[in-house]
Amino acid sequence: MGKWTRRAFLTTGAVVGGGLIAGIAIRPGNRTGELGPIVEGEGESLVHTWIKIGADNVVTVISPHSEMGQGVGTALAQMAADELEADWDLVRFEYAPAVAEFANAPVVKGLLGGLDLPAMIVPSVDSVLIHAAQALDVQITGGSMSIRSTGQYGMRVAGAAVREMLETAAAEAWGVPAEEVVARKSRLIHAATGRDEPFSTFASAASERTPPAKPALKSPDEFRIIGQHVERQDIPSKVDGSATFALDVQVPGMVYATVRRAPTFGGSVSRVDDAKARAIEGVLDVVLLGPAAHSAAVGSFEAAESVAVVATGYWPAKQGLDQLQIEWTETGNEGISTEDVFAQFARDIEAGFERQTDVVEGDVASALAGAAQVLEADYRVPYLAHTCMEPLNAVADVSDGRCEMWVGCQSPLGFRKAVANALGFEVENVTLHNCYMGGGFGRKSRADYAVQAAELSAKVGKPVKLIWSREEDVRQDYYRPAILSRFRAGLDENGDLIAWDNTYVDKGEPVEAPLIPYAVAARDIGYVDSPTHVPFGAWRSVDHSQHGFFTESFIDEVAAAAGQDPYAFRAARLKDKPRLLKVLQTAAEAADWGTPLGEGRGRGISLQESFGSVVAQVVEVTVVDGKVAVDRVVAAVDAGVAVSPDGLTAQIESGIAYGLTAALYGEITIRDGAVEQSNFHDYPALRMSAAPKIETHIVNSDHPIGGAGEPGTPGIAPALANAVFDATRLRVRQMPMSGVDLENADRETAV
Amino acid sequence: MATTVTRLKVNGEERTVEVDPATPLLWVIREQLELTGTKFGCGIAQCGACTVRVDGRAVRSCVTPVSSVFGQEVQTIEGLAPAKDTRHALQMAWIEHQVPQCGYCQSGQLMSAAALLDTNPDPRDEDIDRAMEGNLCRCGMYGRIKAAIKTAAKATAGVGAEGGEEANHG
Repeated sequence: MGKWTRRAFLTTGAVVGGGLIAGIAIRPGNRTGELGPIVEGEGESLVHTWIKIGADNVVTVISPHSEMGQGVGTALAQMAADELEADWDLVRFEYAPAVAEFANAPVVKGLLGGLDLPAMIVPSVDSVLIHAAQALDVQITGGSMSIRSTGQYGMRVAGAAVREMLETAAAEAWGVPAEEVVARKSRLIHAATGRDEPFSTFASAASERTPPAKPALKSPDEFRIIGQHVERQDIPSKVDGSATFALDVQVPGMVYATVRRAPTFGGSVSRVDDAKARAIEGVLDVVLLGPAAHSAAVGSFEAAESVAVVATGYWPAKQGLDQLQIEWTETGNEGISTEDVFAQFARDIEAGFERQTDVVEGDVASALAGAAQVLEADYRVPYLAHTCMEPLNAVADVSDGRCEMWVGCQSPLGFRKAVANALGFEVENVTLHNCYMGGGFGRKSRADYAVQAAELSAKVGKPVKLIWSREEDVRQDYYRPAILSRFRAGLDENGDLIAWDNTYVDKGEPVEAPLIPYAVAARDIGYVDSPTHVPFGAWRSVDHSQHGFFTESFIDEVAAAAGQDPYAFRAARLKDKPRLLKVLQTAAEAADWGTPLGEGRGRGISLQESFGSVVAQVVEVTVVDGKVAVDRVVAAVDAGVAVSPDGLTAQIESGIAYGLTAALYGEITIRDGAVEQSNFHDYPALRMSAAPKIETHIVNSDHPIGGAGEPGTPGIAPALANAVFDATRLRVRQMPMSGVDLENADRETAV
Repeated sequence: MATTVTRLKVNGEERTVEVDPATPLLWVIREQLELTGTKFGCGIAQCGACTVRVDGRAVRSCVTPVSSVFGQEVQTIEGLAPAKDTRHALQMAWIEHQVPQCGYCQSGQLMSAAALLDTNPDPRDEDIDRAMEGNLCRCGMYGRIKAAIKTAAKATAGVGAEGGEEANHG
């Protein structure tokens, strides 16, 4: 293992802007010495924080992101390996341990908008950001950031730096000029002297070198691995049952537990009768867990008390839980229903109290006053649960002032800190093993379930595997917020859009979600606060999921009112946005836009820019007896350069399917202050027979690499609703479709 | 009910467990036999993540009392491949089509698909829909699953001997 000098630490930090270097960069002393034993196997040298090269010439890329289905490890490895000139057959990846050195500084850069590569390499800026990364505990996976931040700013630079270090090390050993040594297929070659050795020969020597300050990055036409179809390395383990999710972790002496919180959010336990539960064979204990809270840049939560049943297996624990008689304290929210929530939203929008604005351009009031036609509409969407396939669970082993935890989560460092705080431990005494996640979708950024597992283990003095029932998972989520959004649009006598007025409740992120890309002289987009007692959190594509439906539906209404084709109407207002226009055109052409469809069929379109990518969708539906069948979805996506084309395609397919579940069925309703749904029978998800054929067309561009995991989700609901309008002339202004009675609805005048 | 000794045949091996006979097969497979490839998703036979095969049929193990499979052949994902270090035609097709994303539902998907192909070696789209309707995939990979089943069906039809070998493990 090479001994890094203090100067090397500083320089390395400046080069890669990486989390691992971060800690090193701002602290004297040999921090890689601490890291080496964690990530180094026998005969391996830690050449770089994100790259190690083994004696067998295998390059291992260490991914600081969590895997929840997006195939991130493989894509990140592609980016590092390409710059490194590695042989893809000799490249592996592994996940970073949850230690502060892997805090994800590039993500912070992305969040702060520092999407400029040269600026990123400025050492002083890096130090600040790296420090921020550690302070904020942002080893997070979310916001579709992995490829466009960690990949672009971390992996590629790291790969290039290590390549240069290897070339220089080889050149020195051979006594030839460094610029004559070429790295290719995991070998170092000096053509003039016929020398040709594997990377591994010089790995150790390279690790002692000072990394270059600004390694030369390839231009896209030089990519050999980026943009190629490579198979995901995690998939073989996911077809034979061997992939390890937290649910699968077995620890000697482990007991099982399951939990329940008050159905009305925030309620505490006033009395528990656990006699029947304790009488069940296998039940070991009934434990009261206190309220928990954690404050962080990402993943803050508050959670009320819960009651846990501890048993020899999940089954007796669940039997015991079902036998508990629990009285909960009153919160004052017991009378609230979904209708009350939307009535409150409408009242607050009407009152406009302390209305804040996202954007104001031109004079909307006078434009509307002078308009030939004014359209008004209210749109609404319900609360949604995440229902990851894998119910929340965690394994915790707390003993002797230390906690070891196995959990699948989107924020390992944040979880580690939340657990440490709850136990009153220093973070160094919490070891967190992040496992594959059976879906995340935003839910697994909040550590409430991990804290419960840790507290349980501390209380019962044994390792505990906590498994939530699906019912608890549905009823104790941090929900996609319900939103009501009110629109007015003005059209002049030529059918041109001259005013766009929008007020919605509750501002979230990303802040740009309610904005529209279309040219309009006067616009006023703003919001009022209208808080409810329902806990909320990030849900795949976050606020784009609601506002994408609202704005892309209402623009369709405007086009219809103007008597224009919805595609042509959009395209005419994107003249100064060629990137968006191209994506819209690509989808429309691929979907044969404008060709006639049969009776009862319809076609709808949507366009959405989110997380640095642009996605257009065309949906085809058949409506028979008020029942909507989704026949086909054609998507076009511009995510800059598609690092892994099939990976991007799969993410778009997945994002659409996730959004389609919500659009067709997704609705969490509140009655007596509590969630009414409980499992997949009353909170359904898309099944195979209802799943449409999805065709994804990739538009590669010279724009910065965009996100993949979320951008497919927002556009499906509006394209679907617009297709239903095309088929039926009925405008659907709320989701889900299953809650809309198309047979008995009032028909709009045909346009 | 009191714990009793139950004898099971899982993936061709005789196993003995001491559990309440009402315990769902899922938890016996996962916790007693430590075969964790079979997943828990809903507990009420709505998602299919727990699907295993019992005498070849696809069964939701989360609602199947362990006592009800006495004397029958239970096959889990760990027993799907015809032999150690080999893959079932479906597993190969799953890789070819890059089906899994999070992967959590895939053991159940594969077991349902294996049960389908055993009784219907050349399924139409409607047959696949019907056989797979009980298996949710929250990553939404239904198109890839369907394509992979067809690929596996073709591969199996082309190699009759392998079909026979796989049946011995079914």
